[in-house]
Amino acid sequence: MSTTTTRGVAKNPASAKVSKDRPRRGLTANSTFNFWLFTGPFLTGLVIFVFVPIGWSIYLSFFEARFTVTPSEFVGFDNYKQILTDADFRNSLVTFTVFAAFIVPATWAMSLGLALLVNRLRFMRAFFRSVFFLPTAVSYVAAALIWKMSIFNGVRFGLMNTVIGWFGIDNVAWLANPDPPWYWLVIVTVRLWLQSGFYMILFLAALQNIPRELYEAAAIDGAKSGWQTFRYITLPQLRATSTAVILLLLIAAYQAFDEFFNLLPKATWGQPPLVELYKMALGENQNYGAGSAGAVVLTLLICVVTLFQGKIMGFGRGEESK
Amino acid sequence: MTTTAPDLRKVTKPAKAKTRRGGGVMGNTGLYIATGVAALLFLVPFYLIVRNALMTDQEITGEEWKWFPTSIQWGNITEPFDDVTVDFAQSLWNSVVVAVLHTTGILLICSMAGYGLARIPYKHANKVFYAVLATLMVPTAVTFVPSFVLVSSLGWVDSYRGLIIPGLFSGFTCFLFRQYFLGFPKELEEAARVDGLGYWGAYWRVVVPNSLNFFAAIATITFINGWNAFLWPLVIGQDPSAWTVQVALSSYMTNQTVNYHLIFMATAISILPLVFVFLFLQRWLVQGIAQTGIKG
Repeated sequence: MSTTTTRGVAKNPASAKVSKDRPRRGLTANSTFNFWLFTGPFLTGLVIFVFVPIGWSIYLSFFEARFTVTPSEFVGFDNYKQILTDADFRNSLVTFTVFAAFIVPATWAMSLGLALLVNRLRFMRAFFRSVFFLPTAVSYVAAALIWKMSIFNGVRFGLMNTVIGWFGIDNVAWLANPDPPWYWLVIVTVRLWLQSGFYMILFLAALQNIPRELYEAAAIDGAKSGWQTFRYITLPQLRATSTAVILLLLIAAYQAFDEFFNLLPKATWGQPPLVELYKMALGENQNYGAGSAGAVVLTLLICVVTLFQGKIMGFGRGEESK
Repeated sequence: MTTTAPDLRKVTKPAKAKTRRGGGVMGNTGLYIATGVAALLFLVPFYLIVRNALMTDQEITGEEWKWFPTSIQWGNITEPFDDVTVDFAQSLWNSVVVAVLHTTGILLICSMAGYGLARIPYKHANKVFYAVLATLMVPTAVTFVPSFVLVSSLGWVDSYRGLIIPGLFSGFTCFLFRQYFLGFPKELEEAARVDGLGYWGAYWRVVVPNSLNFFAAIATITFINGWNAFLWPLVIGQDPSAWTVQVALSSYMTNQTVNYHLIFMATAISILPLVFVFLFLQRWLVQGIAQTGIKG
């Protein structure tokens, strides 16, 4: 595509005064130089700060590397064995699975629901959209702080304990006790509040792209507005967006760190993969070898998910274009 | 755009009112009540920050729940800055420096690369593009261990360089810019070329000034992410003098003594600039998300 641009320019009647061949040849050499001029800074940084660390971590993962990044003792796959047999690391994968099972459907439903509400408003639409979108500006740390210190504070003056107190229910230690696992309520609601507004915007954009005629045709065919049109028109039309949203949510949940780290700092339960990795590599042991092996394992896992995503999104698009 | 379109709209307007907005007055009231309740729930955390920030600790921890402070404690505003355990002012300044330079750097580096990949012909451009795409498969959060290893061997721990530079080479932002520039009208650039400008001149004098909406959208998202980042600043900020405001907030939660009004005032101060940025730039943000999010 882009090559046609330069040819177009070279052949442009406006530059006809210059001889035919020169500008074209000039432009090719010129464009190679310009390509590197424009992309060079980015690509240099990409190599140094993305490719080199990945390569280095693969290297480190085969060495005994505690407190040092220039190790000498080759240990083969020992670090991988250690990681994969480590109960904490495996538990972290279980934690991620449970977390994803809660947060992905919850956010999908919440953001779609909000989008449907906002989309039907005629007055104050921008106001309500802003209210639901506003939490996007808040950090996970600040939100975790509000949740931990004020809403789900385990003592009497926490908001939730105050509210359940009105109904005569005793205080609940939301985060301090894994049994019953109330901490999931805290962890899931904080992320739900933070990210629903963002995905609501995606759904709103998609809703506005659904052709009105479909609803009109359905009305003529006798479909009742409400559940019927939602089930047979809105939902199928949102399929591509829904698929994309679910996979974005899954990848985001996989990288969850901030809220777990701040809500459950001293807990032995509910630790997701990145928190385990942090403890392993930057905790007391500073075991870079095992930490790197963990990073490699997690990267491979997420690559599988991303490739899968590419496939599914490809299918989604294909169906949309039909 | 065709002449039939307005007619069609006129004809279907009443039908639309019946089918889509159905339910008349009652349905509308229900709709607004549902939306209003949801909105109130979404605002509760903001309310709690303000309430707790402007109360005394005795009132916050008091026997009875108080919705509003008996007397507003404006004096609380300076308390985070007077606190000796955490240098809040320094962390706030670090966040300003990091978020501003992070945003400027990403916009400059990734937009140029995106333009190069989209518009400058080069034999191996495709291979380069695939190398960039490959990095999208590996989220930076997962590779923080190797990145830390690299940055610490460069001696960049506890420095602005360490906080900012490794995050500037975002494959995703570059990809978004490339997609955007692919759709940029070629005629404008050709006109610039006719006027004797090279790629460099055309880019800065024609392409960038005509893309400010898109730049604003990316800038807003990037600034918010830069200000709110936690994992990387936590890893790099080993010394309290290099903490960003997020790391400072996090440290309040694990302190021995808990000073509720101070902690919530600090949280309010850390959120306030962002809420302003957000409300002010929301239009571009919404546009940008709708443009790049899925449809890309």
